[in-house]
Amino acid sequence: MSDLYLLWRNLFRRKLRTFLMMLAIFVAFVIYGVLGSIHYAFEHGVDSSADNRLVVVNKITFIQPLPYAYVGKIAAIKGVKNVTFANWFGGYYQDARNQIGTFAVDPESYLRIYRDDLRIDPAQREAFIHDRTSMVVGEAIATKYGWKVGDRIPINSNIFTNKADGSHTWQLTVAGIAYAARKSFNTSFIIFQYENFNESKTFGKDTIGWITLETDSAAVNETVAATIDELFANSTAETNTQSEKAFGKAFLAQLGNIALIITLVVGAAFATILMIVGNTMVMAVRERTKEIAVLKTLGFPSWRIWRQVLGESVLLSLLGGVPGLLVAGLLVTVLSKAASGAIPGLALTLPVAGLGLTFMLLLGVITGFLPAWNALRLNIVTALGRL
Amino acid sequence: MTGQTLIHLQDVSKRFVKGKDTITIFDHLGLSIPAGDFVAVMGPSGSGKTTLLNLLGGIDQPTEGSITFDGGRVDTLTEGQLARWRAHNVGFIFQFYNLMPTLSAARNVELPLLLTSFGRAERKRRVEAALSLVGLAERADHYPREMSGGQQQRVAIARALISDPKLLLCDEPTGDLDRTTADEILAMLRLLNQEMGKTIVMVTHDPEAAKYARRTLHLDKGRFTERELVA
Repeated sequence: MSDLYLLWRNLFRRKLRTFLMMLAIFVAFVIYGVLGSIHYAFEHGVDSSADNRLVVVNKITFIQPLPYAYVGKIAAIKGVKNVTFANWFGGYYQDARNQIGTFAVDPESYLRIYRDDLRIDPAQREAFIHDRTSMVVGEAIATKYGWKVGDRIPINSNIFTNKADGSHTWQLTVAGIAYAARKSFNTSFIIFQYENFNESKTFGKDTIGWITLETDSAAVNETVAATIDELFANSTAETNTQSEKAFGKAFLAQLGNIALIITLVVGAAFATILMIVGNTMVMAVRERTKEIAVLKTLGFPSWRIWRQVLGESVLLSLLGGVPGLLVAGLLVTVLSKAASGAIPGLALTLPVAGLGLTFMLLLGVITGFLPAWNALRLNIVTALGRL
Repeated sequence: MTGQTLIHLQDVSKRFVKGKDTITIFDHLGLSIPAGDFVAVMGPSGSGKTTLLNLLGGIDQPTEGSITFDGGRVDTLTEGQLARWRAHNVGFIFQFYNLMPTLSAARNVELPLLLTSFGRAERKRRVEAALSLVGLAERADHYPREMSGGQQQRVAIARALISDPKLLLCDEPTGDLDRTTADEILAMLRLLNQEMGKTIVMVTHDPEAAKYARRTLHLDKGRFTERELVA
C-alpha cells in the first residue's frame, strides 16, 4: 500500500459523485480543447505569414478595388522585390452553398511570391502560366470534389457576369494541384488567370482587389509601406499598406473577436467547474474529518495529509481533463476533415494540450487548496470530539 | 511484571478557555505509570479521563507541568515531532474502532507502517502476524462494513500493535460491544500486557472491564484515587 493507493481509495469512495465531477471536468476540457485548437489554428496561420510580405488595399476598405496600374508603380519602388495581386471572385461550385475561395491572379508572380508556401509540380506550373482558361486548385478542394489535372470545371461567381454568354460561370481547366508547403497554409482555394477574368467580366475592368508584395527584408517594411501610401495619397484610390500578418488579423476580425469569444466560453466553463468541484471537494473532505483526525493520531504528519487531499483533487482533475483533451483531439480531427482544410493547421497542438494540462493542474490545486488547508489545520482533539 | 517508570506526569495543569470562562480540568496533577502496567481509569463524565488520555498520547499538550516518556520530555515537542513520537511509541484503540471504511482489514492494519521505512514484503509479514495474533488472519481482505463490532475492534488492536509501541491507550475499547465480545477484547488486552509487556492505559465506565487491569485509578475533579490491584 502506498499514499497513492490511499488517495485512490478516498477519491472513489463515492463513485457516482466522483464520476459526476469527472464528467463536469471532462466536458470543460472538451470545450477548451476544441475552441483552443480553432483559436490556435487561426492565430498561428496568420502568425506564420512571411515577415517581409506586405499587402496593399484600398484605404476605404479592402473590398474596394484598386487600379491595376498600381502594380507597376509599386514594383518600381525601392526596396520592393516582388509584386503580385489578386481579385476576389466570389466563387462557388454547382450550388451557392459550396463556396470556394477563388482568386483571379497573375500566375507567374503569384506563384513566385508564395513559393515557400505552396508546392506545385513544375510542369503543372508551366501549364497554368500558359493556358489562359486554366486554374490551379488547392489540395483540399481537389480532394473534396475529386478533381484531377485536365478536368474542365464550371466555376460560378456570385459577383461577376461572364461577358461571353451573360452567365455567372467560367469554364476552367485544372492545370495543377497546389499542396501546402507548411501545415498551417490553407489549400482550400482556386486561383485562375486574371487576364482571362479581366477580359471576360462585365464591370470593373483593369481593377484588382489587393496587391501583395515582398520587400528586400522586413527591416524596410515600414519605409516601403509609407512610400506606397504616400505615392497614392490624394488619388481616387488611396491605399493602406500593412504587413500580411496585420492584414490577416484584420480579416479575421471581420468574423468577430474570436479570441474574446473563445476566452469567454472557456472561462465560463472553467468557472462553473471550479465552483462545482471546489464545493464538492470541501464537502467530501469534511465528511472525512474523523478519519483525517485518526490518521493524525496514528502519527501521519499534517503535511502528508495536506498532500493527500491536494493530490486527490489534482488526480480528479487529470482523470476528467486528460480524456477530455483526447476526445477534443478526435473532434478537432473530424472537424478539420469536415471543413476540408478551410481552417489550416486545425489540430490539437502541443501548445494547446500543454496549456490544457497546466489548466488541469491549476484546477486541481485551486479546488483542493481549501479542503487541504482545512485538513492541515485540523485539530485532533476537536475532530474526534474528545474534549 | 512492572518495571521502571514509563510515563511521568509532574504538576500537570490543563485549562480550557470557553468564551469568557476558563475551565480547569487538572490542577497540578501528578502520575507515574511503570512500564508493563495495565491501568484502568474510571470516573464520572467530565472528570477528565479522555483529556488525560489525550495528554498521555501526545495529541494534546498541558497548560503547565511536564510529561516525561521513557525519560524524555514529551510536552516540549513540536507538532511534527509529536506525530513521529506517537507513530513510534503509542498505539490507540478507540471506542468506535475508527477504521478506514475504504480499506480492507489488512490495509487498515498496515496504515501505521506507511510511516516506517519497512519494505513491502516486511510490511506484509507484519500485517499477517498482527492479524493472526488477534485471530483474524482469514479476514484480511474483508472491509470494516463486512465485520462485526468485535472483529473491527480486533483489527483496531492489530493496527495499534503493528508498529510495536510501548504504550497502548484505549478509550472505552468495549463501550460499543456486548458482554461476551467485550470480555474477549479485554482478555486480549490483558494477554498483551502480561505476555508482551505492553503498558496499557484504558479509560472505561465499565467496572467489569476495569477488573482486567492491574490497577484502577479513579479520577474525580482532576485528582486520582488509586483503588485496587487486580493481577
